[in-house]
Amino acid sequence: MSAELPTVGACSEPEVFEVERGAIRKFAEAIGDPNPAYRAGDVAPPTFPTTFRVRVPGFQVDPSRILHGGEEYRYERPIRAGDRLTCVRRVAEIYVKQGRLGPMTFVVTELEGRDGEGNLVVHGRSTTIVR
Amino acid sequence: MLPKNLKPGDESPSLVKEPVHKVQLLKYAGASGDYNLIHTDVETARSAGLDDVIAHGMLSMGFLGQLLTELAGVENVRRVQVRFSAMVHLGDVLTCKGVVKQITSLPDDRTLVLLDVWAENQKGEKVTTGEGEIYVRQGP
Repeated sequence: MSAELPTVGACSEPEVFEVERGAIRKFAEAIGDPNPAYRAGDVAPPTFPTTFRVRVPGFQVDPSRILHGGEEYRYERPIRAGDRLTCVRRVAEIYVKQGRLGPMTFVVTELEGRDGEGNLVVHGRSTTIVR
Repeated sequence: MLPKNLKPGDESPSLVKEPVHKVQLLKYAGASGDYNLIHTDVETARSAGLDDVIAHGMLSMGFLGQLLTELAGVENVRRVQVRFSAMVHLGDVLTCKGVVKQITSLPDDRTLVLLDVWAENQKGEKVTTGEGEIYVRQGP
């Protein structure tokens, strides 16, 4: 199956995510994190932005050819229940490395989540490896 | 929690997680929205050349997030960054650890503590490695 890779600078449309208590609880429960603030659904665990699934245009690859290389989240403040975060994902970098089984393409995307006043809350950086 | 008078080289307490279970992967798929069937469907996993489903890399990162919040509190995690270097299989027991790398005093009464963090399996293989940054309040 052919892969459609994005271009550097390609950017998603802004998408608004409403952070719900129930979603925080379920996320913490799946991780097995008993922290009372998570179980009450008040504050989101640090990896919660993985639920903000924003597609970058022009990036279509069979899931069986994709590996998750790495991930980073940097916070200006914790994410809380009731937050409405406007998220945008942009392609920051694309490079090719030779692996044991042939070339691998690394697609690095960055995510910005901003609150209603436009203040940055979380910045993410994700590396997807396409085989 | 972290002891007072932190210095580079200090080790965090270890966080030992329950063995990775199929139901946990189903829950994580639902909670995270990552429905890649390699994590939940054995046929898909086998057609990819694996013996059975493998855990989401992000689950192990979630464990490291738990390590950092247990050290610093939910309000005080500044950054978490990882690289996924090995697969996590069903039944694997992951232990999360951290070592203080750098301590920076901030203009307020806090310090920013940079740690190397990683999750290793029961064989001692590091499966997920990276860094965390947490705020630690100084003084009384």
